[in-house]
Amino acid sequence: MKNKDNRLFPRELVKESLQQSFIKLNPRLMIKNPVMFTVELGTIVMLIVTLYAIITRHTDQGSVAYNGLVFLVLLLTVLFANFAEAIAEARGKAQAESLRKTREETPARLIRTIGEVFMNEVQVISSAQLRKGDVFLCEPGDIIPADGEIIEGLASIDESAITGESAPVIREAGGDKSSVVGGTKVLSDRIKVQVSTEPGESFLDKMIALVEGASRQKTPNEIALTILLASFTLVFIIVCVTLKPFADYAQTPITIAAFISLFVCLIPTTIGGLLSAIGIAGMDRALRANVITKSGKAVETAGDVDVLLLDKTGTITIGNRKATNFYAANGVSKEEFIKLCAISSLSDETPEGKSIVELAGKEVVSKLSVNGATLVKFTAETRSSGIDLSDGTRIRKGASDAMQKLAAHAGHSVPAETLEKVKAIAKDGGTPLVVALNSQVQGVIELQDIIKPGIQERFDRLRKMGVKTVMVTGDNPLTAKYIATKAGVDDFIAEAKPEDKMAYIKKEQTEGRLVAMMGDGTNDAPALAQADVGVAMNSGTQAAKEAGNMVDLDNDPTKLIEIVEIGKQLLMTRGTLTTFSIANDVAKYFAIVPALFIASIPALQGINIMRLHSPESAILSAVIFNAIIIPLLIPLALRGVAYKPIGASALLRRNLLIYGVGGVIVPFIGIKLIDLFISMFF
Amino acid sequence: MTTEILGVIITYALTLLLAWPLGKYIARVFKGERTWSDFMAPIERLFYKLSGINPKEEMNWKQHLKALLTINLVWFVYAFFALLFQDKLPLNPDGNPGQTPDLAFNTAISFVVNCNLQHYSGESGVTYFTQLFVLEFLHFVSAATGIASLIVVLKALKDKTTSKLGNFWDFFVKTITRILLPLAIVIAIILAFNGTPASYKGKDSYVSLQGDTVNVSRGPAAGMIAIKHLGTNGGGWFGANSAHPLENPNYITYITEMVAQVVLPIAMIFALGFFINRKKFAYVVFGVMTLGLLCLVIPTIITEIHGSPAIAHMGIAQPTGAMEGKEVRFGPAGSAYWSIVTTIISTGSVNAMHDSTMPLSGLMQMLGMMVNSFYGGCGVGFLNYYIYIVIAVFISGLMVGRTPEFMGHKLEAREIKIAALITLLSPFMILAGTALSSFILAHHPGADWAVKPSAWLNNPGYHGFSEMLYEYTSSNANNGSGFEGLGDNNIFWNVSTGFILILGRFLPIIGPVAIAGLMANKKFIPAAAGTLKTDSLTFGVMTFAVIIIINALSYFPALALGPIAEYFSMH
Repeated sequence: MKNKDNRLFPRELVKESLQQSFIKLNPRLMIKNPVMFTVELGTIVMLIVTLYAIITRHTDQGSVAYNGLVFLVLLLTVLFANFAEAIAEARGKAQAESLRKTREETPARLIRTIGEVFMNEVQVISSAQLRKGDVFLCEPGDIIPADGEIIEGLASIDESAITGESAPVIREAGGDKSSVVGGTKVLSDRIKVQVSTEPGESFLDKMIALVEGASRQKTPNEIALTILLASFTLVFIIVCVTLKPFADYAQTPITIAAFISLFVCLIPTTIGGLLSAIGIAGMDRALRANVITKSGKAVETAGDVDVLLLDKTGTITIGNRKATNFYAANGVSKEEFIKLCAISSLSDETPEGKSIVELAGKEVVSKLSVNGATLVKFTAETRSSGIDLSDGTRIRKGASDAMQKLAAHAGHSVPAETLEKVKAIAKDGGTPLVVALNSQVQGVIELQDIIKPGIQERFDRLRKMGVKTVMVTGDNPLTAKYIATKAGVDDFIAEAKPEDKMAYIKKEQTEGRLVAMMGDGTNDAPALAQADVGVAMNSGTQAAKEAGNMVDLDNDPTKLIEIVEIGKQLLMTRGTLTTFSIANDVAKYFAIVPALFIASIPALQGINIMRLHSPESAILSAVIFNAIIIPLLIPLALRGVAYKPIGASALLRRNLLIYGVGGVIVPFIGIKLIDLFISMFF
Repeated sequence: MTTEILGVIITYALTLLLAWPLGKYIARVFKGERTWSDFMAPIERLFYKLSGINPKEEMNWKQHLKALLTINLVWFVYAFFALLFQDKLPLNPDGNPGQTPDLAFNTAISFVVNCNLQHYSGESGVTYFTQLFVLEFLHFVSAATGIASLIVVLKALKDKTTSKLGNFWDFFVKTITRILLPLAIVIAIILAFNGTPASYKGKDSYVSLQGDTVNVSRGPAAGMIAIKHLGTNGGGWFGANSAHPLENPNYITYITEMVAQVVLPIAMIFALGFFINRKKFAYVVFGVMTLGLLCLVIPTIITEIHGSPAIAHMGIAQPTGAMEGKEVRFGPAGSAYWSIVTTIISTGSVNAMHDSTMPLSGLMQMLGMMVNSFYGGCGVGFLNYYIYIVIAVFISGLMVGRTPEFMGHKLEAREIKIAALITLLSPFMILAGTALSSFILAHHPGADWAVKPSAWLNNPGYHGFSEMLYEYTSSNANNGSGFEGLGDNNIFWNVSTGFILILGRFLPIIGPVAIAGLMANKKFIPAAAGTLKTDSLTFGVMTFAVIIIINALSYFPALALGPIAEYFSMH
């Protein structure tokens, strides 16, 4: 996507989020988050205590200033948490809106129909009026008004508005690349497009609704974590409530402010306040990677993926095979052979043909001409293609066995060294293309799959993440094996048919693994639906997009790798912040517990290891620390904890050290510093 | 002093030496492999024939729990009435009276749940009949209940995906016939030969040097003392428990009883490794538990050896350490070791008065019971640990970026809900109980009860608070030891601790069995490079951290008002 805004807090979003933070104070909204809801209740109690202190002028609950400050800090705690959620929502929404903006209010040429019959009449309406099933016409220069499927024609389309990729793409009716996206621009040709979704029901609209919270459901993992956090909250309710009779027994009066502060500091407000922001930010990060997720659960599941099915072409290898070598048979000069190959391919538009011309070199090609020649196209029957020159010369190139047959038919034998070469090429994962001049074999061209640069490293990274990669290809097992080894994938499915993919997914799933795959064709749809994470390419058919649980706007097959990392980051961010939040409690206890009892039990000065100034300053420092840690961690919640594929145990050690041990130490320092400042006043 | 500490080390080493082969043997027994004890099979078959039970019928986790709870209810009813009417039953040579209903309720419960709080004194509160056929019987069956429920959990961990978790009665009977009975006989013989009574003759008497006639209670005690340790029960024959010269006559019996009480909890951990075939996991669990033991026992031994600072302030040297409430034949180091072992596992037998130990020791004893899974009680120790594992797995699973899974099964909301409830339960019962008694003491000290609340505590202030906190902690942990300054044989304490005993026993059994049962039903996920390894040192450290944090957060304020305040005011 163009104009990707990577600032964490764009000013216009901050303003909106600040407003939202107050709107979210509504208890009916707060109750969804039990941890912060209890903080809000505490805030209300402190408000009452403060008012009581102001009105009655009693100081048995502490001074007005002290109570008022505690109230303010608690209110800030709730607001900070709301702000975290609001800013995450705003960012996600802004991201989605920027995608949606491109397609708003463009004129559409609706083709009127009477029954099944299209009229030749075109009516120009606003894109907003298009309904599912409508058919519209697009001509060069038109902005496509809505998502749809081409039902007639072929066009080159500039999708840069969505993908940021400037090279135009070809979309045509009937195939697996028949989808067009609203907001993209037709560069050439005319197409008729049928609208595939009702307005407001596109994937993007659904995703915006997810982010906005209206239809956002907690994911299973989020529910489990909420339960755990709620139980911690309950433990601390018990701790605080029972402290009252304990204090009565010890004849120590404890102020309401101290009780509420202790409680608020102990409950996991840090993670409680950031939990929903983390989830939204996960979807947002997916969107920034140009992936539309249909649910938050899909992102979470992506982190668990064990097996990744990847198509060979386009993912592991660059597009199509390329010619890499010419091997002339004995008695044929190399120059002559290259010339022959180049002539046969000059008017061949297939990528293989082009690559042969390319390999032959400009010098050779510039001298050749094929005027008056007839092109012989590839057919499944002959399994060869070639050219008949005007002088009657027939040049053919094709699969080894087909060419052998051709030679044998004409009574020629195939040179032994060529046959050997053919075998050698196949063994190396290449495709041999045998060339014959008037049915006499002249030599062989080696075609090789070109493995994408850097793909080995990516697979290596996946392996360290514990994800098994599987290459899916139509090649024969020998070739497939060679490419698989060279690219570093763990397994491959050769001569794959769509049902083989399905069978493979099912097999892995019965063994308990989670499978992710990417696909675009209608025949991929069942497998996309079966896979735990199915990413459909945006260029794919509507059926594929409906079946998957994510849509990749870039049509980039390597996107799966990013998606897995986003999923892992999401879970890790939750885990590390939970650890941090709970580890913080140790220091808070050492601040507040002595503060509660020191007046009547001076001996407990022994556990005031931070040497905080006074009970009031200690309590205030703890709640202030508790409040400001939330906004300080918002960037981390939005960006996610960095994932490093170093193996589970090493990762656990690392995070435990940073967020566990760090979580114990940081608040000791923070509270002490705040206390040094506050002690000037209290 | 060196000799004393050496004694402690030798005792522990001896325990390990015995626990290893015992663990191997236990695993074989429950795997159904051939063992030397197969000669017991005909006796087992006789039981099944008489009761019409088919021991080969596979049960799911719910059926296991149903069987367990039903039989425990039966035992409770039996014990309650037997204690109530013990004066009318045979074998009462000392003519002891029947128990009051609230005491009988408390006693029956506390023996059924493997706690043995003993709000009575063995010499006068029970008869030979109830000692043998109620209390000693319950020693066996309550220990077997714990072990059988552990085997159910292990069975669930062992198989990939299953709802069939063996037969409860099979596990239960085998625990008694193959493990408890043979070992108890050996221990009882050692004790009897060292002077522990094994006689039905009733009180003996002698004339002291002062010329007074002293009656000395006796009885068939050796057997009971053997199983009270072996089954981590702790309910002794005599009131003074293993501090009593007849219950624990010399250093050999000290070592015997010491080894006997902790050998099964440790052996169960080794058995776990052999049974589910994950030895490394068992070693990590053992390592964490042992680390916990060391963290508690070392400060305790040091404090006790150093003696009381209050006495030191008076300028009195204490070359033998803190001797108040201790037996000369065991000394401070040996008693300190015993006091920690008996609290971390759920035995609760004592060879010195915990009430008289230093505040720091009291703190460590209470922490041991709060954690309740550093080895822990017979079988149930690992069940408690399992809950901590579930929470550790959940948090650390997230930290490595995967939906948490344990032993190939996903941990989801339902399991977390159960684990969270169980985690919640301990602080709730300990703190709510102590809060209730504190409230009554603070606001209604003169309530018109049989024993006025103001008369509950032997000591005022922090120590008094510790006495109450200790009592509820001990009840919740099914430990049974007491900070004996508390006047606990009255309705308030009998009933309030009684209910905590029931909940503190059965919910922590139901929870892990349910979690393990639910998880075993799920699809098995093979481990991959991204899977969190639960048999790694890192995960061990994580579990330890979870244990420390949960308990510290739950109990810090309460402990600050009790032993911690006492400690700081002494120094």
